[in-house]
Parts: sequence; structure tokens; C-alpha cells
Amino acid sequence: MSPLHICLLFSSALFCIGLVGALARSNTILVLLGIELMLNAANINFIAFWRYGPNHADGTGIIFVLFSIAVAAAEAAVGLALVIAIYRHRQTIRLQEANTLKG
Amino acid sequence: MNSLPLLSLLVFAPWAGALVLALLPRLSPSASRGLALGTSLSTLLFGLIACSDFNPAATAYQFVEVHNWIRALGVHYYLGLDGMSLLLVLLTGLVAPAALLASWRLERDVRLFNLLFLLLQGAALGVFLALDFFHWFIFWELSLVPAFFLIKLWGGPGAPRAAYQFVIYTLAGSAFMLAAFAAIYGATGSLSFPQLAHAAAGGELAAALGPWWIKIVFVGVFLGLAVKVPLFPFHTWLPSAYAEAPTGASMFLTGIMSKMGVYGFFRLLWPLFPAQLHAASGVLLWLALAGVVLGAFAAMAQTDLKRMIAYSSINHVSYCLLALFAVAGGGSELARDSAATSAALTSAKEAALSGALLQMFNHGLSASALFFCAGILASRNNGNRGLADYGGVRTSAPLFAGLCGLAMFSSIGLPGLNGFVGEFLIFRGVFGLVPYAAAVACLGLFATAYFLLTFWQKVFHGPVAGGGKNFADLDGLELATLLPGIVLMFLLGLAPQLLAGLINPLVTTWAAK
Amino acid sequence: MIISAQHLWLIPALPLLAAGIGALTPRGGRSLSAGAAIAAMVAAFILSCLALRTALIDPAAHQTFNFAWFDLGHGAVRLGFLLDPLTAFMCVMVTFVGALIFIFSTGYMKDDANFKQFFCFLSLFAAAMLGLLVANSLLLLFICWELVGLASYLLIGFWFHKPSAAAAAKKAFITTRIGDLGFLFGILWLYDARGTLLFFDGGHGVLEAASLSAMAGTTLSCGLALSTAIGLLIFCGAVGKSGQFPLHVWLPDAMEGPTPVSALIHAATMVAAGVFLIARVYPLMSADQVLASVPVHALTVVAFIGGITALMGACIAVAQNDIKRVLAFSTVSQLGYMMLALGVGSWVAAIFHLLTHAFFKALLFLGAGSVIHAAHHEQDMRSLGGLRGPMKTTFATFAIGMMALAGVPFLFSGFWSKEAILHAALEWDVSILPLIMGLAAVVLTAFYMTRLVAEVFFGKARSHAAEHAHESPATMTIPLVILAACAIALGFLGTPAFPWLQAKLLGEAEVHGHSLLVGAGLMGLSIVLVALGLGAGWAIYGRKLRQSATAKDPLETASPPLFAALAARLGFDELYAATVGRANLAFGALSAGFDRYVLGGTISFLTRFAHFTGVVSLENDESGLNAGFNATSEKLRGAGQSYSKAQTGDAHGYLRVLALAFVVLVLLVVLGGGR
Repeated sequence: MSPLHICLLFSSALFCIGLVGALARSNTILVLLGIELMLNAANINFIAFWRYGPNHADGTGIIFVLFSIAVAAAEAAVGLALVIAIYRHRQTIRLQEANTLKG
Repeated sequence: MNSLPLLSLLVFAPWAGALVLALLPRLSPSASRGLALGTSLSTLLFGLIACSDFNPAATAYQFVEVHNWIRALGVHYYLGLDGMSLLLVLLTGLVAPAALLASWRLERDVRLFNLLFLLLQGAALGVFLALDFFHWFIFWELSLVPAFFLIKLWGGPGAPRAAYQFVIYTLAGSAFMLAAFAAIYGATGSLSFPQLAHAAAGGELAAALGPWWIKIVFVGVFLGLAVKVPLFPFHTWLPSAYAEAPTGASMFLTGIMSKMGVYGFFRLLWPLFPAQLHAASGVLLWLALAGVVLGAFAAMAQTDLKRMIAYSSINHVSYCLLALFAVAGGGSELARDSAATSAALTSAKEAALSGALLQMFNHGLSASALFFCAGILASRNNGNRGLADYGGVRTSAPLFAGLCGLAMFSSIGLPGLNGFVGEFLIFRGVFGLVPYAAAVACLGLFATAYFLLTFWQKVFHGPVAGGGKNFADLDGLELATLLPGIVLMFLLGLAPQLLAGLINPLVTTWAAK
Repeated sequence: MIISAQHLWLIPALPLLAAGIGALTPRGGRSLSAGAAIAAMVAAFILSCLALRTALIDPAAHQTFNFAWFDLGHGAVRLGFLLDPLTAFMCVMVTFVGALIFIFSTGYMKDDANFKQFFCFLSLFAAAMLGLLVANSLLLLFICWELVGLASYLLIGFWFHKPSAAAAAKKAFITTRIGDLGFLFGILWLYDARGTLLFFDGGHGVLEAASLSAMAGTTLSCGLALSTAIGLLIFCGAVGKSGQFPLHVWLPDAMEGPTPVSALIHAATMVAAGVFLIARVYPLMSADQVLASVPVHALTVVAFIGGITALMGACIAVAQNDIKRVLAFSTVSQLGYMMLALGVGSWVAAIFHLLTHAFFKALLFLGAGSVIHAAHHEQDMRSLGGLRGPMKTTFATFAIGMMALAGVPFLFSGFWSKEAILHAALEWDVSILPLIMGLAAVVLTAFYMTRLVAEVFFGKARSHAAEHAHESPATMTIPLVILAACAIALGFLGTPAFPWLQAKLLGEAEVHGHSLLVGAGLMGLSIVLVALGLGAGWAIYGRKLRQSATAKDPLETASPPLFAALAARLGFDELYAATVGRANLAFGALSAGFDRYVLGGTISFLTRFAHFTGVVSLENDESGLNAGFNATSEKLRGAGQSYSKAQTGDAHGYLRVLALAFVVLVLLVVLGGGR
């Protein structure tokens, strides 16, 4: 079992944990946490493929991940702000109840 | 010659006044009245300057200003003045200030009223002085806008409808004229009146347009002018527009705007389409006669004073056109050919043309004075202008009665007052050219006397009744409005040479054509 | 001081100046206005006398002074003044009678509020009338002609608050204007044919030989000579102004004006202007006499119109009860005489009669005015009576005027002038009818004047006003006396034995008298007729005097229908009102209706048509294009709505679908064998 396989199995596990968290929980913050986990699983994949790939001298994986983290941070900030706004508005953060945008 | 651009000053001084009024929104009503009157009087001042420098013996345009304007289209800024323009400029200088004085007591939106009025005055002057179709037409159409608002905003109860009718009607006529001139421009590439007239005299215009097109173009120009004058049967907008307009605007409409149409006939239609006018003169003569006779008789059946005067206006301007059409027809029906009789024909033409020009001036004076008198009557009786609303006004207001009577007799054409000379010359000329037309037109003379005397008898004579009770005589302002016109009526009636001297050489060359 | 033609303008200018002064003085300036008017008239009278002296030096000459009024084409419109005996005699008469009437008016109009205006109008009238007389141009004559019409209009309607006066003024102006249109047309024709309107212009004037023969030599398509046609058109003006049949209807109504106005304008001067006009253009009127084969001569028409008017006026006068109306119809009748004289070829007889008539008719009107003034504006002679006693001067002068008018022989001027006319009519070889009409009118004139005098001055006073009548003041009686003297004396200017006036008018230096025996038979006949008229009048009205204001007229008892017809003035007014008046109004209504309904209808039809086109195209858009578009849009919307059902708004649901899709994707990749 090569180190790459181990990394991939790890990231898959992390992704599944995140997915289950996002699907199963009804608290919006926890759903966001799950999504962050899935995102990080993808980041691990980037790092792994870079580190064990053919040309790891040019640092492309690191750059991708740094971007991704920055974007995720921004997304989390916006997401949390939305959650707070929803809470203020409706006194709840249950995801099932935030369904005003249905068709 | 004079380096001062006199004619531009003449045209744009009223507009400059309007601009000042527009830029000073907080001007007090009395200041804006004064400013408007001052700028309006500038026309008279510049007109008199032009008159003193004018050389009556020269028949070409004088004080000419030509500048290139739109090179690509060959459009020029081209102003010039001859005896006929001068006459009308002087008339504008007399009637417009009088009309402003007549509106002196207007209380609502004084600044706007004066502004629009000055715009109207400038546009009218532009029409009388422009010699290039491009800006002539701009002036022609621009005169409609202020007139529309003057009628609509300050007019009587039926004014909005009358104003719309007036504008739509005139615009429709103008559209034909614009199309016609577009065709002329397409064929000749020129829009300058003197050039076009020269081309028409040489036959190049007809050649350029072709035999069919020139007829269509003629009809187009004719329609535009006929609506403005108005010539029977295009006059139906006139009675309600004149009747509903405020007094000052009625004075200007009848005094100046109707002359714009007649001026157009003399300046455009006749020089540009002599052959077509000659061919159509038989029909047109009957239309003018219908205007003379039916206008006068329709006036007889009116009970509203202003409508009555409006119809009499149709009658009076139709005399001018009657003369023109008779001259354009050239007495062909008499089929005279010997040298002695051709001299007689020429002198008949001279008489008819002089008469028509004098009649334009005289009618401007007398009709605007009559409208002013009707306005005074209405203003003292809650706006009622019915013939039956008054009685015995002469008892309480002898001065007003006297001056109004003078204006009325001038309109009837009483010798010794200005109206007679023009009408006599028109009749003399028309008789020499088309005798039967003069005979039919006599009916108009009779009917005019009949309905004006009926008006006089009902309103001024008899026992005091209706609006005649406690009728205040003229005050200083009203006297100042009316008196200059009345004095001129006497002066021009006794010494017609004052005007005839300005136009006679011009008329002589016209008649020799 | 020598007055020649170039000074003649002064004669009308003086009264014009007085009119100007009268117009500009404030309302209170009564004496200034009247004083200026009288002074101007007297000055004009003196000037006229001087002008007469000049004219009589060489009576055959026509002194002219022509000037350009304004430029027209290569020439100019020219006016001018003319001095010849005709002008001079007329000027002297007008200024003399005018001055007397002005003086009379200061008494008559004393209590009127518009006193100064009255003199202003009178002066304006005098100026225009004198301008008419001195004109050497038909145009200038026409101008003044219209201005006397204006003055007449203003003065008839002087008491304008009376509806009847206002209506009479309008009627006068309009009726004369009908005639004036013919006159104007004649002027136009003459101007067109000859290129000038000057009467005398050194051989080029319209009344000079070259022009006359040219006009008589031109034959129109209707067979008339050009001069006949123009002459008849000019005569239309005279018919209107001089109250000739059929345009006489305005003259009796004109009596609504103050009595001095009736005397000056509607008896002595203005109404005679038509006669003067025809006398002035007499060469033109008679130019066709040289032609034998024309259908009608202009003068023949004049003679018959004159004869008919003379007879008709006299007939109607018999049955009038208002003093002034009797006199008005007698004026109509006398003007008819003058026209008759013109028509039968003796224009000097016409002018002779015009001059004598001016004096005695002014005298009669002023006498009537004196009576009316004394009787507090009672004009109905049935309510007067018995004034002979209290008003001696008035009675005496009125009687002189009455005898002059009736043509009482030898002493009175009217006899000689009427004789001259009858004599001319006898010598006329075209027809004897005018003479017969003239002779019949002689009887009637004597008859109705006797009736008038008997009713007004004899018997007993039949009303309160008449009982308390006093003689008028001296300002009124002195003019009466002067006029009465003239009514007698003037006749001796033109008796057959010494026809000085006729000779001077005709331009003869020497006076050749005829024996009184020439035409003695006719004279005897007319004396008999006058006596018959006077006798019949006295027999009917004088011997059995009227007892009360309401008693029937003896003639009315004798023949009611005839009397009623005459009293109703033969129904001319009603006839005109029913025909011309109604046609006029109908045509007016027709024109207005044509304008409103036919033209207005056409316009509104066009508007409706445009509107209709708009509606049609709108309908087309709505139901065709728009409907298709709307249906498509509606379907799209339905589809969108059904798809939007998928949008539950449940974030978990979305995630689930996402996860499921991911799993399916992975399975596809893995099971599909990947690479």
C-alpha cells in the first residue's frame, strides 16, 4: 500500500464523514462544518497528488490549496453571516425551516 | 451699406428678450411686462431705422445678410428686406406692443405669457425676413409652438380644443409644404428664395422638376400657405382659434399670423410657380371670392363678437388673395392684345398688387383694434361676448364707443380711414382684370357694412342694458393701447403715400412681370 | 382777395377744423364747439362768395387744381379741386343754409347733453359736403360722398339711446350703401376705361370731349354704350343718396334725427348731392344722346325714375300724420322733380330747383322744428292745431315756405323753378309720361301742404302741449325770417324773363331773357292745378277743421283702403323686409351653416375616419399579433411553474440529490471500467 493510497483513503473517509454530517444534521452550522470537512478532503487530495505526482518541484498543489482555503474562509464567513441573519429573522437555524425560496 | 446686422437684430431682439425672461425665473410680473414691452418695441425701433435707410426705388432685397450655415447641404443664413417685408415688419412693430399692452392686466403666469409672446413675435419677424427656405420654415413652424400655448393656457373654455385644432391643421398644411420643398431641393439643390425665383422665371425649375412633379409640388406649397392665411375652405380652424384665444393673442393672430400666409403667397407661391398659379387662378379666384362673400355673410349670422370679427378677418384677407389671383390670372379672360389695353392691364395689376399690400397692413391695424375692443367688452362683463349681452354702451362710455366706431368704420372701408385705400385699389385692379369677380366681391362689401353696423347698433346704441350698465370708459392704459392704431388709421387714410411710397416701385416691377 | 381753384380746399377745411376742435374739447365746452362751428361756416360762406365771384368772371371756364394723392405704378392716383359756377353756387347755398341752421341749432339743441358733439358732427358733415362740391375727381367726390353718409348716420342716430333712431341710422347707411356699391362699380369701370377719375384735366379728364366720344363710341355686348352703362351705375349712387324710388325707404325714417339735421342733411343739402352728382357728370350722362340706335339712353332712365319718385312721394305724403314725415315725403317728391329735370335734359332747371328747394325746405323743416320745440317734441299733427295764434313768426314763415313748395304763382321761388322743370319736360320728345307725372304731383303737393298747414296752425289746440306752445327764441326765429326772405327772393334769379342763374350755370356771359309768354299755356295749366290742389285741400281740411286728435281723417272716411295703403307708405318697407332683408339674413345663416355643417362636417368626418383607421389597426394588433404572443408566453409560464415545483427550498434535499448523483457518477466511472 503506497503512501498515496493511504492519503486517498483518508481523504475519502474524511469526505464521507463530512457528507454524512451535512446530510444528517439539521443545525445549519453543523451542516456548514460538514461542508468544510468535504472541502478539506478535496484539499488533501490536491496535496497528495502533488506530493506523489511526477513533478512536485513546481508547487502547484500548494497554490491550489492556499486559494481553496482562502475561498473557503470567505465562504464560511458569508455562510455564517447568512446563518446569523436568518437566526435574527426567524429565531431558528434549523435548515428544514429555511425553505422560503421554494418554487 | 450699414455694417450693423440690422435684420438679425430685428429678428433676434425679441428672442433675446425671451431668453432673459427664461433665465430670470424670479422676475416680478411688472418687471417682466416692462421687459417684454421694451423688447417688443425694439421691432418698431429697428423697423423705423430700416425705413429711414430703405431705398424705395431699389426693388432688390436690401440690408442683405448672407452667411454659410450648413455647407454640406448648401444652406445659408440669408436675411433680406424689400418693401413688402418692411411693411409687415412695421406692422409687427405696431401690433405686437399693442397686443402686449392689451395683455397688461393678465395675472396668471405673466412671465411665461410674455416669454411665449416674444418667441412668437421673433418667429413672425423671421418669416418676414428669411430668404432661405431652411430657416424660413423653422421660423414658420416655431411660430406655432408659442401660439399653441398662448391659446391653450390663457384662452377661454373651449381653448384646448381650439388650440389643438389650430396646430394640427396648420401642421398638416406645413407637412405638405415641407415635402414639396424637399422635392424642390432634391431637384435643384437650392433653397434660397431669390435663386429659386430666378430659376422659376427662367423655366429651369419646371425643367428640373418635370411637368407632373411641379404640379404636385405647387399643390403642396399651396396647401401649406392656404391653411395659414386661411383661404376658403381651409379656414375652419380659424373662428374658434381666434375666438378662444386671449385678447392679446387674438390681436397677434389676426394682425400678424394671417399675414404670414399672405406673405408666403407673394414671396413663395407666385414667384416660384407663376405658370401653375396662372393655370389654377380661375379656381382659386372662386375660392377667394367664396372667402370674401361667405366670410362676410357667415359673420352676419354670428352672435359671439369675437367669432364675428374672426369671420370678418377671413373676408378681409381674402381680398388680398383675390387681388393676387386676379393678377396671376393676368386678365386672360379679357383676351386683350393691343398695346393700349396691355398698358391698361398693367395699371390694373399695379393697383391690385398695391391694394393687396396696403390691405395687409390696414387689416392688421383695424382687425387687431377690433379684437381689442371686443376684449374690453368681454373683460367688463365677466367674459360674455354675445351681441345680445350689451346695450347702450355708448351712453356710459362715449370715448370707447368713438374709438371702437373708428376701428369699425376703418374695417368697413370708409373713405378717409385707412381701410378704404386698400380696398378701393383691390377693387379697381380686380375690376380691370376679372370684372365679374369685382362684382361678386361687392356683396362682401355690403355684408361687412351690414353686420358691423348691426353689431354697433346692438352693443352701443339703444337703451342701456345688460353689460352696458355701469360700463367704465377707457382708462389710460387702454387708451394707450388703442390710440396709436386709431391715429394711424386717420393718417394712412388721408396720406396713403406714406405706405404707397415704400412699395410702389416693387409693385411696379411685379406688375411688369 | 381772389379765390381760385387751388384755394378751394380752404372751404371744406374750415368746418373740418371746427369738427376737430369740437371733437377735442371736453364735454363742457359747449360754446367753444358751437362757436367754432358757426364761425367756420360763416368764414366758409364768405370764401364761397369770393369763389362765386371768381367763377362768374368767366362762367364757361372750369378752373382746376389737380395734385397727386399717392403713387401707383408708373403714375399716381390724382385728386383735384374744381371751380365753376355749379360748384360755386352750391357752396354758397350750403354754407349759407348751413350757417343759418347751425344758429338755429344753438337754440333747438340747448338742453341736449351732447350739445358739443352735435356741432362736431354737423361740422364734419359740412366739411364732407363742401368737399363733395369742390371735388374735381370722382374719387374725391366718392370719398366725401361716403363721409356725408357717415355724418348722416351719426346724426340720424344722434339720440342713439332710442332704438328707433339707432335702427333708422343703420337703415339709412345700409340702404344708401346699396346704391353706393353701384356707384363704386361705375367708378371702377370708368377708372378702368379711362385711366383717370379727374373731371377736367386739360383735355384728359373724363368729362372732356375726347373721353366722352370714346366712351359713347364703345358699344358693350348688351348693346348699351359704355357711357350709358357707367352713367347708370353712377346714377345708382344718386338713387340711394337722393332717396329715389326704389331706395327712398330710408329718408322718411331718417327723420328720427334732430330737426335741424333733417333740415340741413335730409332736405337741403345731402339728399340733393345725388342731383348735384348727376349734374356734375351730366356730360357723361348725356354722351349717349348722339347715338340713335341704343336700347336706352341713360337720361331716359333718370327721367322716369324721377317722375315715378315725384308722384309716389307726393301720394304718400298725403296720408302721413307726422309733420316731419310729410315733409320727408315731400322732399322725396321734390328730389324726384330734380331728377326728372336732369333726365329730360335740363340740368340747369334741376340745379335751380335744388337751390330754391334747399331754402324753402330748410325753412319748412326749421319751422316744423320750431313747432316741435314749442310743443315739447309733439310731432303728430293730429295732436297739434291752433298754433297760428301763439307762434306768429313761425306761422308766417312756414306759410311762405308752404306756398313756395306748393308753387303759388309769381311771388314764390318754388313756382319759377318748378315751372322751369315742367317746361323742360314738355319739350322732351321721348315721352310725355314724366310731364304728366310732374303735373299730377303739382296738384298733390299743393293739397298735402294745405292739409299740413290747416291741421297744425288752424283750428283749436288738440293737446296739452299744443295749448301751452310759445314762440321760439330769436336764435330760432331769425334764421326762419332770413330763409323766408330767400324763399321769395331766390326765384327772381331765374325767371324766364331774366334767367341769370341758368345762363351763368350754362357758361353764357350774356343773359338772354325770353318773354313770359313762352310756354304760357303750360304755366297757365300749372297755375290752375296749384289752385285746384290748394282749393281741394282747403275744402277738405280747412273748412271743417279737425276737432280732436283721434278723429278720422276725411280721406280715410272717403276711401279707407287707399288711405291705409298710402299711410303704410305703399308697403315698401314690408316688401323689402320680406324679400331683401330676409334673403340677406337667410344667406347669412346659410353661409354660417355651410361653414359649420358642410365644412365642419367634412373636417369631423376626416377626423372620424382617421380615428376609425386607428381603431381598426389597434384591433388587428390586439386580436392577431398580440394574441399569439400572449398564448406562447402563457405556455412558457406554465412550464416554468411546473418546473419550479422541483425547487423545494429544502437544502438537505438538494444535498441528498447531490450526494446521490455523486455516488451514481462514481459508480458509473468505476463500473464502466474507467480507463
